Amino acid sequence: MLRHAHPAFQTGPYVTIMRPQTSLLMCPPDFYGIEYEINPWMDLRRPADPERARAQWRALYETLTETLGVRVELLTPVKGLPDLVFTANAGLVVPSRLKLPAASCREASKCEEGEARSTSARLPRDKLRGMRSQSTFVASRFLHPERQKEQPTYEAWFRARGYAIETLPEGTCFEGEGDALWLGDALFAGYRIRSDIRSHQGLAAMLGCEVLSLDLVDPRFYHLDTCFCPLDNRRALYYPPAFDDYGRRVIHEFVPEPIAVGDVDALRFACNAVVVGRDVVVQSGCDTVEKTLRAHGFTPRPVDLSEFHKAGGSAKCLGLWVPSCEDKEAG
Amino acid sequence: MVSETVELRGHIIDSLILPKVLDEIMTLGGTFEILHLAVGQRREDPSRAEVRVTAPDAQHLDAILGRIGQHGAISLAGDEARLVPADVDGAFPDGFYCSTHFETWIKRHGQWIAVERPEMDCGIHFDPATGRATTVPMHRVRRGDLIVIGHAGVKVAPIDRSPERNVFEFMASNVSSEKPKAVVIREMAAHIKTARAAGGKVLVVAGPAVIHTGAGGYLEQLIAGGYVQVLFAGNALAAHDIEQALYGTSLGMSLDAGMPVDEGHEHHLRAINAIRRIGGIRRAVEEGMLKRGIMHACVAHGVDYVLAGSIRDDGPLPDVITDAVNAQDAMRENIQGVTVGIMIATTLHSIATGNILPASVKLICVDINPAVVTKLADRGSFQAMGLVTDVEPFLRALAEHLVPGGGR
Repeated sequence: MLRHAHPAFQTGPYVTIMRPQTSLLMCPPDFYGIEYEINPWMDLRRPADPERARAQWRALYETLTETLGVRVELLTPVKGLPDLVFTANAGLVVPSRLKLPAASCREASKCEEGEARSTSARLPRDKLRGMRSQSTFVASRFLHPERQKEQPTYEAWFRARGYAIETLPEGTCFEGEGDALWLGDALFAGYRIRSDIRSHQGLAAMLGCEVLSLDLVDPRFYHLDTCFCPLDNRRALYYPPAFDDYGRRVIHEFVPEPIAVGDVDALRFACNAVVVGRDVVVQSGCDTVEKTLRAHGFTPRPVDLSEFHKAGGSAKCLGLWVPSCEDKEAG
Repeated sequence: MVSETVELRGHIIDSLILPKVLDEIMTLGGTFEILHLAVGQRREDPSRAEVRVTAPDAQHLDAILGRIGQHGAISLAGDEARLVPADVDGAFPDGFYCSTHFETWIKRHGQWIAVERPEMDCGIHFDPATGRATTVPMHRVRRGDLIVIGHAGVKVAPIDRSPERNVFEFMASNVSSEKPKAVVIREMAAHIKTARAAGGKVLVVAGPAVIHTGAGGYLEQLIAGGYVQVLFAGNALAAHDIEQALYGTSLGMSLDAGMPVDEGHEHHLRAINAIRRIGGIRRAVEEGMLKRGIMHACVAHGVDYVLAGSIRDDGPLPDVITDAVNAQDAMRENIQGVTVGIMIATTLHSIATGNILPASVKLICVDINPAVVTKLADRGSFQAMGLVTDVEPFLRALAEHLVPGGGR
C-alpha cells in the first residue's frame, strides 16, 4: 500500500485517472557511463565514477523507497546502453481507454484544490486494476542514434506488462517525460532541442488533453524536466532563461504560482526533482531552492547525484512514473 | 514576391505558437495572411491555422520557412523532399535547399535518409540509383543531378553549444593570464588524446607563423608522435619550413641567432626553386635533399597534406594547388574521418577549412589575434575551443603534454 501519493493524485478524481503515477520505473546504473557526447554536459574526458554512481543511485533509491514509501519497479540494465538509467526518457504512460470526455476534464480542473490524499483513498482497488490493464505506453522517438538503441528495451518491458504501445508519427522526435510534464490538466511539453513540436500535436490527439508547447532555448537545459518541475496543481519550479518570452508568458498564464529558480541552483539541476506529495527529492546543495521549498510547505530531500549530472541528468531523469503493479498481484 | 502556405496545428493559441510564428515571419521581412483559423472550442481541443507567408524573394521565403518550421509550421506542399534536376552544369536550380554543417536528413518515399558529408553552404544531391543523399558544392553540380528544393522534407539536428565556450570567451579577453592558458592547453591535449584513442584523425591547419616563431620543431614532434594525420597549409608554411630545413633561416632570419643572415632574403626563393627543380616535396625527401622540417615529417610519417595557393605566393612549390576550387575539393577529400581540427595562426586557411567541416568535428583555434579566434570558434559548433596566444608557447605546451620528451 502506498503511504504517499504523487501530486498528480491531489487533483480531482478524473484527472487522477488520466495520470496514474504511483510507481517509479528505475534502472540500476550497472552499465552507466559517459560513452558519447550528445548534450553540453557530456564530456568523454570527464567520465563518471562507476562506484560513486552506484552509491548515489542507491541513495536515491533508498530515499524514494524507504523514506518516502514510493514503490519502485526495476528495469534490467543492458550493456552498451549507458543512458538506460535515465528512464524518464523512455516515454509517457497514459491509460488511454480511460481518456475522458472533455467536459469531465474541465470539471476536474475546478475541484483541484483538494488536499493531498493517498491513491487508495481516491480510487477503489478494482478501478486501479482496470486502469493498469488498459494503460498505454507512448514510446519515445529519440533524436540521437545513441539513444534510439534504448527503445526496444523500454518497449519490451512495457509490452511484457500488458501495455498497449503507441508511437508518434515517423519523422517526429519525442523524449518522454523528459519533455512532457503534467500540471493540472495540461501537459507542458518542451521542444526544439530534443523533442520536436510535431510530436506535441500527436500527443494532444492521443491524450485528448491540452499540450502547451514550450520552446527550449538554452542547450544546457535540453529537456523540459531540466528547467521545469511541477510541484502540485498550482506551483512549479522553473528556470526563466531556459525559455523564450513566449514560453515564460505561457508559464505565467497557466501556472498559478510559478517559482523562479536562480542560475546557481538551476545549473545544479534543482528543477530535475522528483516530487512525492509534499516531499521533493532534489540534488543536494541547491540551498536557495531548498529554502524556497520549505517556505512553500514542501520538505526537500537532498541527494547527491553529481555523477549523473556529468551526463546531463539528475533525480527526475532517473525515474519514470508508471501505474502501480500492486494491483496485478492482488488480481 | 513569392508565397507559400503553411499549416499550424495543436494548442497554438494557448502555447503562443501562432503569435510567435507570425512575429518571426515579420521579423524576417515577410508578411502573412491567415487564410483559415479554426480555434478549438474547449481548452483541450487543438486549433488549426493556415497561413500564407509572402516574402520579397525565394531566399527570404526559404529563411522564413526554415525558421517557423521549427515551431511546427509545415508547408502544405507536403513533407517529402522535393527534387528538381539541375538544368545547367555548375549551378543549382532556383530555390535550392542551402545546407548547414549539421547532421541533416531528407525524406524520400516516407523514409528519412541521412545526408552524407554534412557541409555548410552546399546543396543536397539525391542519387536515385543508390538511394543516397550527399551534399554537393555548387561547382560540382552536373546537369540532370537531382537537387533538393525548398525546406519541405528536410530535417536538421542542431548541435548544442558547450559551456566550454565560456572558457573560450574568457580566454579571448585581453586579461587572460598564463595560468588558465595552461589549463586550456591541457584540456585541448586531452581532447586530442581522446580523439586519437577513438580512432579519429587529427587535422592541423597552420600558417607560416609556426615557422617564424620557431615552433616548427614542436609540430614535427606532434607529427612523429602520431598526433597529426592531415595538414592543411599554404605555400608559405611549406616554403619557409623548407627554407629553414635547407638554410636554417625563415624569411632570411636565422632561427638560431635571431639575426638577419647575409643574402638571407633570397633563401626562401632558393628553397622553392630547389624543390621545383627536383619535382616536388616528396621527391626531395626521397632523394635525401630534404632531411628535416614539418614537410619532411609529413612525408616520412604518411601525413596527408593539402597546400592551397594564394595570389601572393612566390614560386609556388610544385605541390601547391593553385586552383582554389580544386584546392577546396582536395581538402574535402582529406577531411573524411577527421574528428579534431587544430587551427593555428592562419585566418584564411582556417576559415576555408571551417567552411567544409561538419559541426561534429571538434575545433581548437589558436591565434594571437582575438578577432580571428572569435570568428573561428563562433561557427555554431558546440565543440569549438579557442585560445588567444602566440603559437610557439602553445605548440611547445601541446607537445609537452602529448609527446614523451616533447616540447624541447
